[in-house]
Amino acid sequence: SFTGLANQTFCTVLLYKNSPSLKTRESEDIQQQIIRETFHLVSKRDENVCNFLEGGLLIGGSDNKLIYRHYATLYFVFCVDSSESELGILDLIQVFVETLDKCFENVCELDLIFHVDKVHNILAEMVMGGMVLETNMNEIVTQIDAQNKLEKSETFIFQSPRQDR
Amino acid sequence: MALKMVKGSIDRMFDKNLQDLVRGIRNHKEDEAKYISQCIDEIKQELKQDNIAVKANAVCKLTYLQMLGYDISWAAFNIIEVMSASKFTFKRIGYLAASQCFHEGTDVIMLTTNQIRKDLSSPNQYDTGVALTGLSCFVTPDLARDLANDIMTLMSHTKPYIRKKAVLIMYKVFLKYPESLRPAFPRLKEKLEDPDPGVQSAAVNVICELARRNPKNYLSLAPLFFKLMTSSTNNWVLIKIIKLFGALTPLEPRLGKKLIEPLTNLIHSASIQLCVQKLRILIEDSDQNLKYLGLLAMSKILKTHPKSVQSHKDLILQCLDDKDESIRLRALDLLYGMVSKKNLMEIVKKLMIHVDKAEGTTYRDELLTKIIDICSQSNYQYITNFEWYISILVELTRLEGTRHGHLIAAQMLDVAIRVKAIRKFAVSQMAMLLDNAHLIASNTQRNGICEVLYAAAWICGEFSEHLEEPNQTLEAMLRPKVTTLPGHIQAVYVQNMVKLYASILQQKEQAGEKESSQEITQLMIDRLPQFVQSADLEVQERASCILQLIKYIQKLQAKEVPVAEEVIALFAGELNPVAPKAQKKVPVPEGLDLDAWINEPPSDSESEDEKPKTIFHDEEQRHSRPRQPEMDEEELARRREARKQEQANNPFYIKSSPSPQKRYQDTPGVEHIPVVQIDLSVPLKVPGMPMSDQYVKLEEERRHKQKLEKDKKKKKQKKEKKGKHHRHNSLHTESDEDIAPAQHVDIITEEMPENALPSDEDDKDPNDPYKALDIDLDKPLADSEKLPVQKHRNTENLKSPDTEVPLVEKKSKKPKKKEKKHKEREREKEKKKDKERKVDEEEKKKSSKHKKKKHKKEKEEKSKEKKKSKKKHHHSEEEPVESVQNGTLDDEPLPVRNCPRQEMLELTYDIQGNLQNDSQVTVSVIFENKSTSFVKSMELNVLDSLNTKMIRPEGSSVHDGIPVPFQLPPGISNEAQFVFTLQSIVMAQKLKGTLSFIVKNDEGSTHEKLDFKLHFSCASYLITTPCYSDAFAKLLESGDLHMNSIKVDGISISFQHLLAKICFHHHFSVVERVDSCASMYSRSIQGHHVCLLVKKGENSVSVDGKCNEPTLLSNLLDEMKETLSMC
Repeated sequence: SFTGLANQTFCTVLLYKNSPSLKTRESEDIQQQIIRETFHLVSKRDENVCNFLEGGLLIGGSDNKLIYRHYATLYFVFCVDSSESELGILDLIQVFVETLDKCFENVCELDLIFHVDKVHNILAEMVMGGMVLETNMNEIVTQIDAQNKLEKSETFIFQSPRQDR
Repeated sequence: MALKMVKGSIDRMFDKNLQDLVRGIRNHKEDEAKYISQCIDEIKQELKQDNIAVKANAVCKLTYLQMLGYDISWAAFNIIEVMSASKFTFKRIGYLAASQCFHEGTDVIMLTTNQIRKDLSSPNQYDTGVALTGLSCFVTPDLARDLANDIMTLMSHTKPYIRKKAVLIMYKVFLKYPESLRPAFPRLKEKLEDPDPGVQSAAVNVICELARRNPKNYLSLAPLFFKLMTSSTNNWVLIKIIKLFGALTPLEPRLGKKLIEPLTNLIHSASIQLCVQKLRILIEDSDQNLKYLGLLAMSKILKTHPKSVQSHKDLILQCLDDKDESIRLRALDLLYGMVSKKNLMEIVKKLMIHVDKAEGTTYRDELLTKIIDICSQSNYQYITNFEWYISILVELTRLEGTRHGHLIAAQMLDVAIRVKAIRKFAVSQMAMLLDNAHLIASNTQRNGICEVLYAAAWICGEFSEHLEEPNQTLEAMLRPKVTTLPGHIQAVYVQNMVKLYASILQQKEQAGEKESSQEITQLMIDRLPQFVQSADLEVQERASCILQLIKYIQKLQAKEVPVAEEVIALFAGELNPVAPKAQKKVPVPEGLDLDAWINEPPSDSESEDEKPKTIFHDEEQRHSRPRQPEMDEEELARRREARKQEQANNPFYIKSSPSPQKRYQDTPGVEHIPVVQIDLSVPLKVPGMPMSDQYVKLEEERRHKQKLEKDKKKKKQKKEKKGKHHRHNSLHTESDEDIAPAQHVDIITEEMPENALPSDEDDKDPNDPYKALDIDLDKPLADSEKLPVQKHRNTENLKSPDTEVPLVEKKSKKPKKKEKKHKEREREKEKKKDKERKVDEEEKKKSSKHKKKKHKKEKEEKSKEKKKSKKKHHHSEEEPVESVQNGTLDDEPLPVRNCPRQEMLELTYDIQGNLQNDSQVTVSVIFENKSTSFVKSMELNVLDSLNTKMIRPEGSSVHDGIPVPFQLPPGISNEAQFVFTLQSIVMAQKLKGTLSFIVKNDEGSTHEKLDFKLHFSCASYLITTPCYSDAFAKLLESGDLHMNSIKVDGISISFQHLLAKICFHHHFSVVERVDSCASMYSRSIQGHHVCLLVKKGENSVSVDGKCNEPTLLSNLLDEMKETLSMC
C-alpha cells in the first residue's frame, strides 16, 4: 500500500510506499506511473461521488483500492488492500489531516510542499511498513513533539540560519 | 577541530537546504530537468565532504528528488553513512531516505545489519523507533533472520512506543523469515493482552494479517479474541477482530453461533435478511459513499446467501446506470452471482447495451470480462442456447480497443470444442469473421481483438467439414492482409489452411472434379510464399514445410494419383479437451521414484566436453531414419495402422470418437439455424453478423411454446388422473429446471486421468508469499526452533573469558527480571543450553587430540568386554604365537580403531594427515600400561608395503624397529608419533606391525612381543578443512568432479548426531545445513576436494559425494556406509 498527497496542479507532495512491486530496480519509473495514473483517476472524479476507487491496474489488482479525500486544493490518497476497513481509512485520513494541522499550526499547502520530511515523519508515526500503527491523535502529537525537542537539543552546533515557513 | 566545525557550518550556509531546493524547482518550471541535474551535481559535491551535517542535508534533498522520480540508488552508501550518524536528526534523515529507496536488490543493504542492531538497542527510544520504522520498509530475508531476535526482545521493552513498533514489524519479519513465526508467536500472543491499547492494537493487527492468509492455524486464539471483542472499546481493534472472525467462522461452525450475540449488539442486527434490507436502504441513499459501501457489503453477503440478494436484482441493475464508475463496477460484481438460467439473457442484453455506450476502455473491458465470466461460470451452467452465446461473443469482437481479445478467443475455442452440437453454427460464424478479418485487424488500435482470429482460424480448420463454402474461407485466409497479423496468429492460419485444404481436396476428389482440385493446389502454391517470407520463425517454418508438402501433392496430382485420403490423414483424430490440472492428477504408480536418476547423471560440464562426439553421432543416426524421402504408399499405410494401434493402446492418447458427425446429425434443432440478417444500414456492424437480440425473442417464444406444450400435457395428465395431483399442479411456476435448452447440448467435461487424486491444494499458488507462513502454531516449540542469536565465531574454550556470551545473556536476562514469567525463564535456559551445545560442537571440531582419544577409549572399554569373553581361553598362555593370532582375530571390523592389545599393554592409534607434506601421514600411538609390571625398551616395527612406508631414522634398514622414547610404569600411558610416507592415497591400506618390549616385575623381566595391524582408512587421508558455501558452490559448478552416492537404511539417530559422526570419523566439516540436508566438505592431504551432500529421509540417509578422484570417493563412501550402518 502507499500513501500519496497531491495538489490540484498535479505536483506530488508526498509519496510513501510499501509495496513489493514498488520496490524494484525500476521503482522510480513505476512510481511516477502510479502517481500519474492515481492522479488521473482521482482528479477527474466529481465532488459528489464516493471516495473509493478501484480498477487501477498499477496499484496491484483487485484486492487493492484507492481511498481518497479531497481537502481544498489537496488530495489525500491511500491505497489499501482488503484487510483494511474502508471507513476506517477515511477516518485515518481525517486523523492525518488533523494531526498535520496541529503540528504545523493551521496547515496550508505550502507547509506540506516545503516540509516534506516533516510530513513523512508524522506519517511514520501513524503508518509503519504499510500497517496502521497509531490512530490516537494525542499520542501521535506527543511523540512528534518529543522528537522535535530532541532534534532541537542536538542542533546547537549548526543552526540553519534561515527558517522557512 | 573546532575550526573545522565552524568551517563546516559556514559551508552549510551557502548550501541549499530542502526548502531552497523546493523553491528552486518551483521557480524553474520551464527548465526543471536542467535545474535538478545541476542540483544533483551540487549534492554529489556535498556528499564528498566529511561534515555529516552537510551529508545529511544532501541526503534529505535526495529523498525529495526520489519522490519526484529521480533515481538516487547511487547514493545508497551515503545514505548508510547518514543512518549511522550519532545524532537523531541525521539518523532520521538517513532512515527516511533508506525507507524510500532501498529494496531487496540494494546490495549495500547487508552493511546495515550491525548499524540497525546498534540502533535497536540504543538507550534513546526514538533512535530505536526510527530504526524500526525504516526497517519495516526495507527488511530483507537476511536482515529479518539476523535481527529477529533483537526485535523480539524489543517486544517486551519498557516503553509502549517501542513495544507497539516492535510488535508491528514482526509481521514483516515473519513474511521474510517464516522460521521466526513459531518462536515469536507465544510473545506475540502475550501482547494481545498488553496494558497499552496501542500495543494491543498492533498485536491484533499482526495476528489478523497472519490469520487472513492461513486462518486455520489461529482457531485456537478464538476465545482470546472473543474476550477482546466484548471488552475492547477501540474501534480499530474491533473492526480487525470482526474481520478475523469472518475468516475463522467458516472453519469452526460453532464459532458462528457464539458470535451472533456480540455481533448483534454491535450492528443491532445479525439476520441476513434484515441486513440486506438495511443495505438496500443504504444503496438507495443519495450519498454515494453509503451506496458504495452498501453494494460492497451486499457482495459479501452474496457469497454466502445468494438467494436473499437475488431478490434485489432490480436495484443492482439500476446501479449499473449510475454515473459513478466505482459504483457501476461494484454492481457488476454483484450481477455475477445473481444470474440464473431464466435471467441470463436479459442481464447480458443489458450489459451489452452498456458496452455500446460505455466510455473509457477500463470500464468497457471490465464489462467484457464480466459478461464472459457470467456466461461461462460453473461450466456454462446458465446457458440454455449456445447459438446465442456464440453470437454474443461475435458481437463482442466489434469492441474497439479492448485488451481482452484473447479472452473472447479462449471462449470461442472452448465452446466450439466442448459443445459438439454448436460446431456447425460456430464454424459458419467463424468463417464470417475470417471473411471480415479486415474490419477486425485493420485498426492498429484494435490489435487486442485480432486474437479472435486465432480462434476463428483454428475452429474453421479443425472443424472444416462443417464449412459451407470452404473455398471462400480458404481464400480469405490466404489474403495478403493476413501477413500483417501477429506471428502466432499467422502460424495458426498457416496450419489450419492445410486442414482446410485437405478437406476441400477430399471433397473435390470424391466429386471427381480434378481440375478444381488442381486449381486449389495452385492457389496454395501461389499464396503460401508470402508466409514463407515471414519474419516470424514459427510462421516461416510451418509455411515452408507446408509449401513443400503441397508441391509434392501437386506432382502426384499431375500423375493423377488420388492424394486426398493421405493428406486428410495428416489431421485424423479428434482433439478432446483436457482439464488443466489433469497432468498433475496422474497418480504416481507404486514403486516409481520420480526423484531417482534414470541414467547415471552426467558429471557436469566435464562430461559434455568429453562426449560431444558420441552425442551428435547418436542424433545423426536418429535423424537419418525418418528423413528417408518418398515413402511408398504401403509403408505409409502400414505406419498409420501401427500408429493407430499404438494410440489405441496408449491410455493417455485422446481417441477419436467413432463418428462425431453422426451424433451431430442426431441432435434436433440444429437444422433450424436462423437466417442471418444482413443489416447494411447500420454502420460499423460487420455485415452478415447475427444479432444476439433476436435470440432473446426467439428464446421467449420457444419457452412460451414449451410452456404451452407442457401445460397441455399437464392438462392431459390432469384429465387422466383427475384430482390426484391437483394440488401439485396448481402450484406450478416456471423454475430454472423447467427451462429445457434449445439444443441438445452435451458439454464435454474436461478429461481427467483415471484414479486422479482429489486434492484441495490445486488452487494454491506456489509463489504465494503468505504460504510460507502457513505454520502450525499450537505445536510446542522444539529445541531446534530458536531465533539465531549473534555469537562469537572463535569460541576457543568454554572457560576462556568470552566477551560476547555474557553480554547476550545480560541482554536476554532483562525481560526475565521484569516479567518473572516461568515460560520466559525456561526459554532462556534453553537458549543457554543451545549455546553451550554449539560451543561444544565447535570444540569437538577443532578438538585437541586429547579429547578424541578420550572418546575412543570410552568406546574401547565397551568393546573390551566383548573381547574378553572371546579370548578367555588364550589368557593362560601368553605366548607370542598366540598374540599373532590375537592380531588376526582383531581383523573383524571394529567401530573404533584400536590396535590389538595384550592384557598388560594397550595401544590406541590415530592417523592424521600432514598438512605440510602431501605424501605423509602421522600416526599417533598411545601406549597404556595396564599391568602391574614395568614396561620398557619398547620397539615398534611395521612391515612396509610398496605404497606405504614408515620413516625410519637415517641409516637404519627396513627391518629395524623404531624405539619408543619412553618407559611405562604400571597404569601410565604415553604417546609416541610415527610418520609414514605414502604414494597413493586413493585406497585404504592395512599394515602389519610388531611391538617388542620388556616386562619387568618382581619375578624378573621377560621379553614380550605384540602383533598389531594399522588400518589406514581413506578418511585418515582427509584433513578437516572449513569451506565457505560460495567457494563450495563454485567448486561444484567447476564440473571437474566425479560423482558417487550411497544410501543407508535403518538410521534412527538424529541428523545432528549423524553429522557429528561424519565430522568426527571422516574428518569432514559442515558447509551448510538446511533442515535435514547438509553439505559437507573435506580435503585430502594431496589436495583432492571431497564434497558431500547428506540427506536424511524417514529413517534412511543418502550421501551423494563428489570428488576429483573417483576411486578415493568410492572408498570413502564405502567407509562411510560402514560407519552409518552401525548407527
